[in-house]
Amino acid sequence: MLNSRIKTRQVPLREDAVTSRRTFLRGSATAAGALVIGLTLDLKGARAAGGPDLSKAPAKPNAFVRIAADDTVTVVIKHLDMGQGNTTGLATIVAEELDADWGQMRAVFAPADASLYNNLAFGPIQGTGGSTAVANSWIQLRKAGAAARAMLVAAASAEWKVPAGEITIEKGVMRHKSGKEGRFGAFAAKAAVQPIPENPALKDPAAFRLIGTTLKRLDSDAKTDGSAKYALDVRRPGQLTALVARAPRFGATLKSVDDTAAKAVPGVVQVVRIPSGVAVVARDTWSAMKGREALTLTWDDAGAERQSTESQAAAYKALADKPGLVASQRGDAAGAIKGAAKVLEAEFSFPYLAHAPMEPLNATIERAGDGSYDIYAGSQFQTIEQAVAAGILGTTADKVRITTLWAGGSFGRRATASADYIAEAAAILKATGEKAPIHLVWTREDDITGGYYRPAAYHRIRAGLDAKGAITGWEHRIVGKSIIIGTPLEAMMVKDGVDATTVEGASDTPYALPAYRFEVHNAREGVPVLWWRSVGHSHTAQAMEVFVDELAHAAGQDPVAYRLGLLKQAPRLSAALTLAAEKAGWSARDQKPGRGYGVAAHESFGSYVAMVADVTAEAGKVKVNRIVAAVDVGVAVNPDVIRAQVEGAVGFALSSVLRNRITFKDGEVQEKNFDTYEPTRMSEMPKVEVHIVPSAAAPTGIGEPGVPVLAPAIANAVFAATGQRLRSLPLDVAGLRGV
Amino acid sequence: MTTLTLNGRTYEVEADPEMPLLWAIRDHLNLTGTKYGCGIAQCGACTVHLDGQPVRACQTRLGDVGAAKITTIEGISGPVAEAVRTAWRKLDVVQCGYCQSGQMMSAIGLLSDNKAPSDADIDAAMDGNVCRCGTYQRIRAAIHDAARSLA
Ligand code: FES
Ligand code: FES
Repeated sequence: MLNSRIKTRQVPLREDAVTSRRTFLRGSATAAGALVIGLTLDLKGARAAGGPDLSKAPAKPNAFVRIAADDTVTVVIKHLDMGQGNTTGLATIVAEELDADWGQMRAVFAPADASLYNNLAFGPIQGTGGSTAVANSWIQLRKAGAAARAMLVAAASAEWKVPAGEITIEKGVMRHKSGKEGRFGAFAAKAAVQPIPENPALKDPAAFRLIGTTLKRLDSDAKTDGSAKYALDVRRPGQLTALVARAPRFGATLKSVDDTAAKAVPGVVQVVRIPSGVAVVARDTWSAMKGREALTLTWDDAGAERQSTESQAAAYKALADKPGLVASQRGDAAGAIKGAAKVLEAEFSFPYLAHAPMEPLNATIERAGDGSYDIYAGSQFQTIEQAVAAGILGTTADKVRITTLWAGGSFGRRATASADYIAEAAAILKATGEKAPIHLVWTREDDITGGYYRPAAYHRIRAGLDAKGAITGWEHRIVGKSIIIGTPLEAMMVKDGVDATTVEGASDTPYALPAYRFEVHNAREGVPVLWWRSVGHSHTAQAMEVFVDELAHAAGQDPVAYRLGLLKQAPRLSAALTLAAEKAGWSARDQKPGRGYGVAAHESFGSYVAMVADVTAEAGKVKVNRIVAAVDVGVAVNPDVIRAQVEGAVGFALSSVLRNRITFKDGEVQEKNFDTYEPTRMSEMPKVEVHIVPSAAAPTGIGEPGVPVLAPAIANAVFAATGQRLRSLPLDVAGLRGV
Repeated sequence: MTTLTLNGRTYEVEADPEMPLLWAIRDHLNLTGTKYGCGIAQCGACTVHLDGQPVRACQTRLGDVGAAKITTIEGISGPVAEAVRTAWRKLDVVQCGYCQSGQMMSAIGLLSDNKAPSDADIDAAMDGNVCRCGTYQRIRAAIHDAARSLA
C-alpha cells in the first residue's frame, strides 16, 4: 500500500529522525507494521492542468497518515511551514479524529505531487498561501484521521472478537470493557488490510479533546538545537554554490561581461550567463561572493525601468484624477456625497515593501543518474516550480522531484507565478552542463534589491456625512500595479481588468455604506510585484480604517461605537471588535496629551481581527506600548499557534508601519540590507495580548490576518495622542509635531 | 590551513584567512545550525561564542580566531544553555526558527553575565538579533523564565 515514491521522498524533520525513519521503512517494505490511510481525490482538475494521468496507474492512495509498529503516527504535511505552525496544526487535526496521544505524533513534508497533495483551495495546484493551510485541509485530514481510526478499531475488533462499537480509544490506547487493551502500533499491520471506509464518521466538535487546547509545537525541538534543516543547509555531495549578478535596474539586459578576474578568484569554478544575469559558481559561498564582486559588467538600459519614487508618486496621483475601472458600486455615490452635510477627503500613499524573510531565497538542484532532477527548497508553489524547472531543463514536470524543507520565513516571497529563483537555479544547472549539484544562494542585498515587492499604492477617498454623522456615500479610487495581470494566473484571477488583490478589503468592505463606488487604476511599470503577507489588505485596511476613524471623529462619535453601528450585518467582525475593546479597557482608557488609544477592525482571508493600540507619541517619536487583539478564526485548532501568529504579525508589520520602504532613484533600489531596511527589534516590540473569539465555524487562517489592522490601530492611536492624522505608510513619524 | 577549536573538537580548515568564520563553519565544517541573515552585523543570525562571548561570525575573519574556543548552537552545554533551551521549548518561542540559533546564543551570553536581567538589559543584549517572524515577546519571556530557573 505504501507508494514507493512517497516512501523514498519523505524528509525527516530533524537529523536524528533519519535513523528511525529508515528502520520504519525497512519494516514497512516487508509489509509488516505500517498502515497508510488513503483518500482518493477527484483527479479531474489535475488532468485538465496537464498533470500526470493517474487513471491507468495502479491505485495510489493519497497518503496523509502512517502508523508505525513503534506506535508513532506520522502525518504527511502537504504545505510549506515557513513558521506559521501549520505542521502542528495539520497534525492536530489528524490526532483529534484518531484519538491519538499528542506525544506519538510526528510530521514529514510531502513530496511534490499535485495529484495527491494539491491545495483544495487552489484547485489542481500544490502550494501554500492565502492563509489556507488549515482551512483547506480541515475536512480532508479529519476524514483521513477518522478512516485510520475506523481501520484500527476494525482490526482490534477482529482480534479481540468483540463488536467494533464497543471499542473506545483514548490517548492512543484502544480498550474494550472486557479488559482488553492495545496501542496503535500493535494493530498497525492488521489495520492496513482493512477496507478503507469511504465516509468515516467525523467527531462531534463537542468531543474535541486536542483541538482548542495548547499543544507543544512539533518543530520546537529541532529548531532549538540547530538540527532543523532549511534549504540553505542542504549539502549534496559535490555541490557548488552559485551567486548571480543581476541588472541594477529592472528590465535591463546584459551588454557585456568580463569574467577574467572573477575566474581567477580561488574557489571559483565556472562563470555562466543565464537569462537573469551572470552566475558565478564556486566551491563555497565566500568564493562565490568574491568572484561576483570581481565581475565587470555593462548593462543595456534600453528597456529598463528608470522611475524614481517621486516621479512615481506624481504619476499615481495624476492617474487618480481620472475615473478608473469599477471594482464595486452601489447607488449614486457622487450624488449622495454632493447632498451631504459634511464632506471629508483623504489620500494615502504606500511604498513598495520587501518581504525580507530571515532565510534568503535559495535552492539546490541536481540531475539524477536517470535524467530526472531533484530540487531542495523551501518550496511554496511546488506544482508551478516543477513545471517551470521542467521547461528550462527540457523535461516533463513528473521528472522533477521537490524535497520541501523548513523555510526561514517567506511572507509570500517564495510563491511566485514565475518560480523566479527556482528558474534561476535550473538555468544555472543547465548552463554548467548539469554536472554538479548547484546551490543558488541570494544574499540579503539580492533579496532587498531583487523586486517582487508589495506593490506601491495610492488611495483617494471622499465620503459624505449627514447632519447626524451617518455616511451618505463613499467614493474610493486605488492606484497600484496588479500582482496578477501579466502572469499565468491572470485568466483565473482577474475579472474585467480588476485584480481582486489590489482592491480586497476595500471594495468588499463589510461596512454598511448606503452608496459607494470603488475604482482601480492598474499602474504599468517594470518593477516586479508580489503578494506580501496579507496582500491587498496590507494597504486597503489602512485606508479604510483610518478614514472610518476620521468619519467617526467628524461625526463626534466614539470610534468603536461608530464602527459597530456600521457593522450590524457583520456579526463576527462586530464581536471581535467588541472583545478587543473590552479587553483593552477602551471605555475607561486613559487619554491624555501624548498618549492615545486607537482601534481598527478588518476581515481578511475569512478571519476577523480587531486591534486596539496604546501608543505614546511626541515630536518625531512613536512608541507602541501595548496591542490588544481579538480574533475569530472559526474553530481555534491550536490557540497558542494562533496567539503566536498574531504576536508575530505585530512584530513583522511594525517596522513597515514605522519606517520600511523600498525607494528608487533613476530606477535603482536605494535600500540594500537591514541597515537601510531595518526590521523591528526587541526594544520596539510592544506587549501583545491576543484573545480568541469562541467559534464553531469551520477554521480559517491566521498567518496573515493579524497584519492589516496593526497600521491603522497605531495611526489612529497617534491621532488620539497628538491630534495629527498620519495617513500614509510608513507613518511620517519624523514630521510629528509635539503636543 | 587554519586550525579551529570548535565545540570541543579540533578542525583543519583550508580556506582564505579572510573568509568570515560563518562561511568556514557552514560551508567547510558543514555545521549549518549557525545561520546567515545579512552578512553585515545587522541581524545576529550568525552569532556564535568565542571563549564564551557572543560574536557575529559574519564579522569574524577565519584568520583572526586563533586559539579561541568556538561554540555553535550544536555544541552548547551547561546549566545556562540548558535553561535557555528548556525555556525556548516550554514557551514555544520558535516560528520559522531561522533566527533562533542566534537568539539563543545571545541569550546564553546575556544570562552567563547577568543572572537576573531586567527588560532593559534584555533590550540591550538582544537588540542586535533580528527575528523577522516577530517572536520577541516570547524570547523576552523565555529569557526571564530561564533566569528564574537558574536562580
Ligand atoms: S549574518 Fe551576521 S549579523 Fe547578520
Ligand atoms: S523565528 Fe523566524 S526569524 Fe525568528
